[in-house]
Amino acid sequence: MKPFTYEKASSPAQAATAVARERGAKFIAGGTNLLDLMKIEVEAPPHLVDINGLGLDAIAPTDEGGLRVGALVRNTDLAADARIRRDYGLLTRALVAGASGQLRNKATTAGNLLQRTRCPYFYDTHQACNKRLPGSGCAALGGFSRSHAIVGVSNACIAVHPSDMAVAMRALDAAVETVKPDGTTRRIPIADFYKLPGSTPHVENVLAAAELITAVTLPKPVGGTHVYHKVRDRASYAFALVSVAAVLQPDGSGRVALGGVAPMPWRVEAAEANLPKGAKAVTSSLLAGARTTPQNAMKVALVERTLGAVIADAGA
Amino acid sequence: MDITDQLNISRRGFLKLTAVSATVAATPPLVARAAVPDVARAPVTQQVAMEVNGKPATLSLDTRTTLLDALREHMHLTGTKKGCDHGQCGACTVLVDGRRINSCLTLAVMHEGSKVTTIEGLGTPDALHPLQAAFIKHDGYQCGYCTPGQICSAVGVLDEIRRDVPSHVTADIGAKATFSTAELRERMSGNICRCGAYSNIVEAITEVQEGRA
Amino acid sequence: MKFDTPATTNPIDRLKVIGQPHDRIDGPLKTTGTAHYAYERHDAVPNHVYGYIVPATIAKGRVVNIDTATARRAPGVLAIVTAKEAGPLTKGQYNTAKLLGGPEVQHYHQALAVVVAETFEEARAAAGLVRVDYARSPGAFDLAAAKGRAVKPEDGQPDTAVGDFAGAFASAPVTLDAMYTTPDQSHAMMEPHATIAAWEGDKLTLWTANQMIHWGKGDVAKTLGLPPDNVRLVSPYIGGGFGGKLFVRADAILAALGAKAAGRPVAVALPRPVMFNNTTHRPATIQRIRIGATPDGKITAIGHESWSGDLPGGGPETAVQQTRLLYAGANRMTATRLATLDLPEGNAMRAPGEASGLMALEIAMDEMAEKLKLDPVDFRVRNDTQEDPEKPGRRFSQRNFVQCMRKGAEQFGWSKRSATPGKMRDGAWLVGMGVASAFRNNLVMKSGARVRLGTDGRATVETDMTDIGTGSYTIIAQTAAEMLGLPLSQVSVVLGDSSFPVSSGSGGQWGGNSSTAGVYAACVKLREAIAGALGMDAASAVFDDGKVSAGGRSVPIAEAAKSGEIVAEDSMEYGDLEKTFQQSTFGAHFVEVAVHAATGEIRVRRMLAVCAAGRILNPKSARSQVIGAMTMGVGAALMEDLYVDKRLGFFVNHDLAGYEVPVHADIPHQEVIFLDEADPVSSPMKAKGVGELGLCGVAAAIANAVYNATGVRVRDYPVTLDKLLDRLPTV
Repeated sequence: MKPFTYEKASSPAQAATAVARERGAKFIAGGTNLLDLMKIEVEAPPHLVDINGLGLDAIAPTDEGGLRVGALVRNTDLAADARIRRDYGLLTRALVAGASGQLRNKATTAGNLLQRTRCPYFYDTHQACNKRLPGSGCAALGGFSRSHAIVGVSNACIAVHPSDMAVAMRALDAAVETVKPDGTTRRIPIADFYKLPGSTPHVENVLAAAELITAVTLPKPVGGTHVYHKVRDRASYAFALVSVAAVLQPDGSGRVALGGVAPMPWRVEAAEANLPKGAKAVTSSLLAGARTTPQNAMKVALVERTLGAVIADAGA
Repeated sequence: MDITDQLNISRRGFLKLTAVSATVAATPPLVARAAVPDVARAPVTQQVAMEVNGKPATLSLDTRTTLLDALREHMHLTGTKKGCDHGQCGACTVLVDGRRINSCLTLAVMHEGSKVTTIEGLGTPDALHPLQAAFIKHDGYQCGYCTPGQICSAVGVLDEIRRDVPSHVTADIGAKATFSTAELRERMSGNICRCGAYSNIVEAITEVQEGRA
Repeated sequence: MKFDTPATTNPIDRLKVIGQPHDRIDGPLKTTGTAHYAYERHDAVPNHVYGYIVPATIAKGRVVNIDTATARRAPGVLAIVTAKEAGPLTKGQYNTAKLLGGPEVQHYHQALAVVVAETFEEARAAAGLVRVDYARSPGAFDLAAAKGRAVKPEDGQPDTAVGDFAGAFASAPVTLDAMYTTPDQSHAMMEPHATIAAWEGDKLTLWTANQMIHWGKGDVAKTLGLPPDNVRLVSPYIGGGFGGKLFVRADAILAALGAKAAGRPVAVALPRPVMFNNTTHRPATIQRIRIGATPDGKITAIGHESWSGDLPGGGPETAVQQTRLLYAGANRMTATRLATLDLPEGNAMRAPGEASGLMALEIAMDEMAEKLKLDPVDFRVRNDTQEDPEKPGRRFSQRNFVQCMRKGAEQFGWSKRSATPGKMRDGAWLVGMGVASAFRNNLVMKSGARVRLGTDGRATVETDMTDIGTGSYTIIAQTAAEMLGLPLSQVSVVLGDSSFPVSSGSGGQWGGNSSTAGVYAACVKLREAIAGALGMDAASAVFDDGKVSAGGRSVPIAEAAKSGEIVAEDSMEYGDLEKTFQQSTFGAHFVEVAVHAATGEIRVRRMLAVCAAGRILNPKSARSQVIGAMTMGVGAALMEDLYVDKRLGFFVNHDLAGYEVPVHADIPHQEVIFLDEADPVSSPMKAKGVGELGLCGVAAAIANAVYNATGVRVRDYPVTLDKLLDRLPTV
């Protein structure tokens, strides 16, 4: 870990200004991913701006009948909130499927959205990785790729986005609220938040430099049955091979998002029209254009079968 | 060396899968360059005051020092263990302001004013915490290295159930969280015990929970 | 003391303390965080500085240049030691690769340097500033590809043959010929390899995590070119080993070299992401098993071949071992072959040989039972043997294998198992049961101890034996208490110091029986000295209730030491009883699994082990050994797999997030039954090992249960859902 200077921010805009002031500076909140990566020097910010004291930890109703979740609301608290459990059960389910109790007590809503991939070549600083070191190549291609992405990938990167929470947020049409150093704010629908790797896998989202997430908003509840099925080898404390987030309505319509298959939480709204036809039809449009390796090609069948189980569960 | 082209992608199947078609050298290149420049920056020292096991502690620390290393190397509270230093094992679990966290993934300087409880603050050999006594009775440990983390985590788990925090195995997240063996196993899963004392750990925690109920 | 005839009645047989389920005596320290492990000796070394490893990042080749200039100028840096600065080092007797590499690189993450700095943070950052240029050489990393070039290993018995295997197999009415694979596995003990080193002149003390103190002392001395008497190892608490700490590892050598260069005591722990490739692992195997039987299920031919790889100078995984002894059959063969691989060093991990071998053999037995339309328990029972099948007339000292199978079947409700796979369903889950035999040889090792009777009447045992979670502290205290007629609370045990008498150490499941037998020997000597001091006849003196009684006289034991401490030291050595008797431990594992019919997720629901392993010295800690081994078996069956990048030559998933081991949620309540045994051939303790037996066969029982649940036979471990998916019921 490289030495860094450290300050506690006094307001969201001040935090953004402080990060803008020094090249490479970063916000730190839960720190559970950033410090992990700093220890192995995948990340080496010269300055950290601690935003924990900013009070962005409330969950409050919005005028539109939804909820505004502060950027610093811990995963545990978000999952346990009575309104979330009642109206956005998918989000609670996704949150508690991720990480461990200890990590959820620290990890924040905004930080979870910004989790970096768990690709082992990304984590091994002496291996080729275009995400970590642009232009160095991708060692996962032709190497270990069982847990890697099958859709949205490029020849530069097949890393998968590791978050469970973000998958639920995508299915629930959440939006990300931010503030920039100049004090301007914006609202980014989660559908527009992440970027596919293309030839620049190190660029993972649309945030500008020093732009700070202040909240994530949830639109008004959509009802339906909420199911999150995370498939993994180990029963807990493991990243998804595949996860399926679904909100299914009594009339057979619904929404489906996937985790573990793409560089971002994966949702294809057009595929959802096929829900009444069953899992196979939905999967075939959800995963259209899938590009697989011999090790992860099984995810195609796994998505279809898991979605089938989810639909069956919801009907039961 | 056996090198197979791992990128021959099946085009079978209903999805008409296509290959990730990069032309990849048999062996990826060496990455000699680091992601960050080779400069030796000067360490930054900062003061932090917290309360550890009920006693005030003021430390002057490198900003890089984790709460775990502050406890182990600076306060010599070595009961909190370093198993992986990356949030992957749970051996470093402590209670901060009443909540269990991985002390390896938080900086000491971020804990100004925090109240930290470590295994040493729960009980001593002569005055054991009920969970410590139950772990001994049920042989809920072998090598002992994950044990302080397991016990601190168990304190947190019982509190989280009381505070109605749901878990992955909670059948009805609309209902109040309740204690069960399945709940305990899921909630304790962030604490790895390679010796495999899990079955006994669950019995130890269950006994303490039932004693309270 | 020499043990060369089977034990007769001795004071241990009273079982007042031994054989009782006492809580561990080290429990209050371990549960309160006050047991100090290697890296935590601020008490002994108050002013140490920190060393951090610089690992190689190629699998094979040479260091062309190692640039330490920037790192040396970094804040806080006190010293950097590379192979150049270290000067000539000798490879340890128990190491295959050098612990400090360079210029030659033998495997990924081999240590190339240690950076010593005032603080941990400074040492870690400076290590990141060391720049290494390499010339990479091609290497062999793929066992399947290297299999054809595998050779007979130099040591051991690469080939065994009895009768006419080929003929008997060819003519057998029912046959099986199948290939199985097991992956590379990592010990992944919770405490990283760690050492604090301090020099006083040319004398070196290492507070380290090591299972085998005497081996370690010898190899540290050999590596550094020191007289062994100048090296002291101290290892009272060890955070797990499983074979991974049998040998001196890089932490110890780097700490010693760093401390010498810095002129300060140095602490070094291996970072978790470096452990998997820097240290040893259980090597992957490819195994071929052939079984021929009569239609009524009598094995007439059994053959087991195994291929594994290691660095030049290394050894094979002896996966065929159990097949020589477990089942009857007149015609038999085994073959062990070793390929050269440039992966990190393979070596012993819990139950080396049998753990891997039974993963294959016990699936084969399940497949064979199905072909024969026999119940798998019944098939195994039919092929029991009470004598060494290679040497008829050489009997097992004890073999209650059939009782393990029968008792387990009854206890587990085995009769409820459907013989046809895929027939039991519980909602979305397919349910199945599996069984496997457990088998592990019982080894005995010379072991010594010193026992002191203090003026206060307390006894203190000193031995360089280690407790890696096995319960050594407690069973040694129980042994001394039983022998001296003292309550357990009157006995102290001090372990893991090379200044104490040399013990068996912890490995090969020999530690429990062997180390307590050494304590027995020392106690016999102490009893003689005590009797002498009290003017009593040693042969007839009875030690009980804190008193010594003989010839109608009874006095408190403390009387004997009132004018000064009485000290006795002895070792237990073994004759050649193994020529007359085969000593092994036996068991049966029963498992119930559920497999999600749609996703193939596999969850273990119930586990039972029945063990026949001689006298159980402490049923509580022995049971823990077995449930822990069963847990490791779940890992082996369902998730543990060091993934080899065959282009780059290293284990890719080299941290605890990537290399998955079981967590709480994977493990159900576990049942263990010990048969009531005492084996007088093993030692005066009449005990045998259980710590490895508990692992042997577990993974196969799970694989067999998955087959019973789904009808999908997986012969390549781990049994993961992707291997089931295309043959599960349609959703």
